[in-house]
Amino acid sequence: MRETKYWTWHMTAGVVILFLLGLHMLIMHVGGVSTSFAPYSGEATSKANSLFRDSKLFFTVTYIFLLGIALYHGLYGLRTILFELTLKPVVEKSITFVLTITGLGLFVLGTWAAIATHAIALSGARG
Amino acid sequence: MTENTNNSRPITFHVTRYNPESDRKPYIKSYTVPVRAGMTVLDGLHYIKENLDPTLAWRFSCRMGVCGSCGMLLNGHPTLACNTQILHIADTDLTVGPLPNFEIIRDLVPDLMTMFEKHRSINPHIVRTDEKELNTPEGEFYQTPEQLEKFLQFTYCIKCGCCMGACPTLATDVHYLGPMPLAAAERYDNDSRDDGWRDRHQLTGSAHGAFRCHYAGECSRVCPKGVDPARAIQHLKRQLVLDYLHLARKKKPCAMLHGPGEGKLLANIPAAPAKTV
Repeated sequence: MRETKYWTWHMTAGVVILFLLGLHMLIMHVGGVSTSFAPYSGEATSKANSLFRDSKLFFTVTYIFLLGIALYHGLYGLRTILFELTLKPVVEKSITFVLTITGLGLFVLGTWAAIATHAIALSGARG
Repeated sequence: MTENTNNSRPITFHVTRYNPESDRKPYIKSYTVPVRAGMTVLDGLHYIKENLDPTLAWRFSCRMGVCGSCGMLLNGHPTLACNTQILHIADTDLTVGPLPNFEIIRDLVPDLMTMFEKHRSINPHIVRTDEKELNTPEGEFYQTPEQLEKFLQFTYCIKCGCCMGACPTLATDVHYLGPMPLAAAERYDNDSRDDGWRDRHQLTGSAHGAFRCHYAGECSRVCPKGVDPARAIQHLKRQLVLDYLHLARKKKPCAMLHGPGEGKLLANIPAAPAKTV
C-alpha cells in the first residue's frame, strides 16, 4: 500500500500546485487587479514589492509549502520515469534513497533561504 | 484445402519461427498461401501446416473467439487468429508472430504461465469469511441487475493475453501485474458477493500494481472481446486512493438471500443432483 500513499500525495500535490501557481501568476502578472500583493509602484518583482511580500509570514509559509510539494511532486514523477527503465530492485531502492536525500536537501536549503529573506525583510521594514 | 483454390489470392505469410532446442534466436520464414474470401489467419496457418511446413507450431482450440488460445501478433497487432480474416488486414503480405512480453515456447506459442501466475495471485474468485455458507450453502446471494452491471463487462475476459502483449508498461517491467490480472481484480472487488478486496488491494496497490499503469490504453484497444482493462485499472486506482484516505464507501458483502424465494428453492425446481466430490 506504500505506492498508494505515494500516488495519493502525488495527486494531491498536483492539485495544490495548480492552486499555488494560480496565486503566483496572479501576484506576478495581474498586479493591477490586486495591489495588496504589490502595493508599491513598478513591477511586482521590484525590490520594494518583493521585500513587502517577504516581510509577510503568509508568503514565507506559502513559499515553503510550495517548495515542499513541488519538490515532492517533481521528484516522484522523476522516480516513476526512472523506474520505467527496467532496473534491478537494488537500483530502484538506491534511486528512491538518492531522490529522498536530494529532495530533503533542497527543501532545507529553500526553507533557510525563505526564512532568511523573511528576517531581512522584517529588519528592513523596522530599520 | 489445396484443391479449392479458385478465386484465391496469394498472400505471403512472414511467420516467426523459433525452436529453443535448435535456434539461437527467432527468425522469419515466409510462406505463400492462396487466400479466399472468408479465410481466417488460423485457416492460413492450417494451410501452411498441412501443405507447406508440418513443423510449424501454434496454439488453438475453439476456432470461434471463445477460448482465447490463438492470441498472436498479426501485422504488429495482438489479436486472435481465429477471429481475424486475412483479407481484412493484408493485401499481399502478412506478418505473424507470437504475443510480445512473453517467453516463446516454440514458433507462435507464447508461455502464458507468467500471466496465469499473476492472475492467480490476486485471488480471482469470490472470497468470503462465512466459510460455513460457502461449504454448505443453504441459499443464494441476491444480486441486483445494477450490482451485476458494475463488473459484468470484465467477466467477458477470455485470458487470451492480447492486452498483456500490447501493454507498453509490461514491456519494461516484467513484474508489473498487467491489464488482465488487474481487470480481474476490479471484477471481483466490485462483486457484491465478495469480501476479499482488502487482500487484493495489498497487491494491486503495490509497487508493481495499478499505479505502474500509464494509461496508454492499448490493452482496451486490442481486446478482442471488447473488455476495457484500462478503465478497470483507473477504477482500481480511484478505489485504492479512496481506501487509503478512508473515504471509500463501507462495503459489506451481500448477505444470503433476501430476494425472490427468500433463499428457498421454488416448488417446481427439481433438486440438485448429489455431490460427486
